[in-house]
Amino acid sequence: MKSFKLLTTGFLALSLAAASASAATLDTVKERGKLLCGSNGKTAGFSAPNAKGKMSGFDVDFCRAISAAIFNDPDKVEYIPLTSKQRLTALQSGEIDVLSRTTTWTMSRDSGMGLSFAATTIYDGQGFMVHKDLGVTSALELAGAAVCTRTGTTTELNMADFFNKNKMEYKPVVFEDRSEEKSAFFSGRCDVMTADRIAMAGIRANAPGNPDDYIILPEVISKEPLALAVRSNDSEWFSLVRWVAYALINAEEMGVTSDNLAKMLKSEDPAIQRLLGVNGNLGEKVGLKKDWAANAIGAVGNYSEIFERHVGPNSPLKIERGINALWNQGGILYAAPIR
Amino acid sequence: MAIIHSEPLPSRPAPASNSGLTGWLKGNLFSSPFNTALTLICVYGLWQAMPGLVNWFFLDATWSIFGPEGNANEITKQTVAVCKEAGGACWSLISVKHRFMFFGFYPQDEQWRPLLTCFLLIGMVLISGIRAYWKPWLIVAWLAAIVVCFILMMGGVAGLTYVATSKWGGLPLTLGLAVFSVVFALPLGIALALGRRSQMNLIRTLCVSYIELVRAVPLISILFMASFLLPLFMPEELTINKLLRAQIGIIMFAAAYMAEVIRGGLQAIPKGQYEAADAMGLSYWQATFKVILPQALKVSIPPLVGTIIGTFKDSSLVVIIGLFDVLNTTRVAFSSDPPWSPFYLEAYFVGATVFFIFCFGMSQYSQWLENHLDTGHKN
Repeated sequence: MKSFKLLTTGFLALSLAAASASAATLDTVKERGKLLCGSNGKTAGFSAPNAKGKMSGFDVDFCRAISAAIFNDPDKVEYIPLTSKQRLTALQSGEIDVLSRTTTWTMSRDSGMGLSFAATTIYDGQGFMVHKDLGVTSALELAGAAVCTRTGTTTELNMADFFNKNKMEYKPVVFEDRSEEKSAFFSGRCDVMTADRIAMAGIRANAPGNPDDYIILPEVISKEPLALAVRSNDSEWFSLVRWVAYALINAEEMGVTSDNLAKMLKSEDPAIQRLLGVNGNLGEKVGLKKDWAANAIGAVGNYSEIFERHVGPNSPLKIERGINALWNQGGILYAAPIR
Repeated sequence: MAIIHSEPLPSRPAPASNSGLTGWLKGNLFSSPFNTALTLICVYGLWQAMPGLVNWFFLDATWSIFGPEGNANEITKQTVAVCKEAGGACWSLISVKHRFMFFGFYPQDEQWRPLLTCFLLIGMVLISGIRAYWKPWLIVAWLAAIVVCFILMMGGVAGLTYVATSKWGGLPLTLGLAVFSVVFALPLGIALALGRRSQMNLIRTLCVSYIELVRAVPLISILFMASFLLPLFMPEELTINKLLRAQIGIIMFAAAYMAEVIRGGLQAIPKGQYEAADAMGLSYWQATFKVILPQALKVSIPPLVGTIIGTFKDSSLVVIIGLFDVLNTTRVAFSSDPPWSPFYLEAYFVGATVFFIFCFGMSQYSQWLENHLDTGHKN
């Protein structure tokens, strides 16, 4: 009993020491000379090896942007590949500085776990894809269907909720692996496949045969805002991550791209001047130099460039902007102003 | 009248039905009605399956890469189109993706380093397999090899660029995890086995508890503990490398299993051997190292190699803690690149071949070693 007490005291002392020592993530990052970015490494378009075997993707570019804002170099990042079970623990335990790994922002994750979500990078939601020749146009006509999904995911839970709520029978066909699930759906073993709509758009675009033989139904049965997460014990770091992401979205709104950056630095527009640090020094408020946003945009481009490069209509995933368009272009992407 | 041969007649050849191809067929395939039926069923099965397999594997397969050199997107587009058109196996996937499959995220310009590491590890294992080299210097050589492997992989000294462990992956990771697990687990296992049979209460209790505790939980839970619980107990700025945690977990696990295998060997040694060693006036350590262990390890070879093969294959479980072993890089090579994802069979075939080569090699070696060390204690 006594040794147990000793042990607990020891752990307490250690964790207290940790809490006081971890106050400034930015200083740690600068001292280390690189950002530790929790990533996935196997999701096409978001973080996956490119032809040169380097980590690349939509999620990866947000880490590159943060690195560029801090170091004026997008490559000072070490990507720590994490599984979906590991990712939150890795952030809590200080193994990574920022989590950029298709993580849904939910209440239970945002509160009471010591984590905070800094900014949504893409809005996703669960949907259904069916074989066109079934003649189905709405998810409410899916009674009795065999539905392919993956085991142990929230996707499986959402699907059960949806069918129960609408009092429809269904036959779940669950798989351990995405590729097995895909081949089962395309070979006709199930009538319907359910997954997040963005991922599913990618699967449809690369269907064996003609993508037009499959349709994604209009119903969206869950909200999946995928967001950047940080530890909640460092509000300055939280702001830094949030505003780097917001700067990229604001840059799209103002028409600043990586190509026209040099021209934009001479712009007369006060909003652009503030964003690029020509006028004022907003970067200082998050512990950075005044050209922080200009460096980030120069390295990875604005939000639209990142989207087009990795997941947009001309990428292998062929995803439309949809609700991820800017708020003034029919979407819901809205970043607070930089001023 | 009698004919007397001055020499014995030359023996006549066996009847045609018992020799040559017919004899072999009769003896092995059609020796009884039941075997005949089995043979016919198998032949029918092969007849049905072979044309499809041969077509898929060779005739309809695509081997080369199409498209302009250097333009990855265009190469992917054209090659995948050709593969889909041909309908057979798309071995081009391997040509395009083999670097990631074998070395993961390791920077491409530096990939000679993991390649060299693989050769070094395999070479050391082969050398250790030769009995004439079972000398004390082998231990020194192993320690040196471990240091060289680390310097090669990690870099940061001697003009080699630093490569973080989070970028390690593929074959060197699998080989490294397996080889180092065995190198450290074998001595630990021997110590545990001896400890379990020790006369000293404290040591015996410690060893028994360790072995039983570790054997009572699956490897996955040990890896999970190492990967999730351990970091939560540690202060935030102190993180033990993820790879090291997994390696230690596998060593702990393998050691417990090896201890039990070796204990089996120890118990198989007749009591007379112990008594004879004592009667010669040998100390405990002399008796153990000169008389008991050599015999015990010899009888433990088959189950020991079984455990080692198991450890090699178990190393692919590190996928659950986000490490990129060769099976995981194989999977990611096709699954993370949508145009290539229909060709998963080809990738898995290569992964299976890698595992087969190593596991089959090990089991062949163990059979050879068993014969080699057979000094006739079998009755």
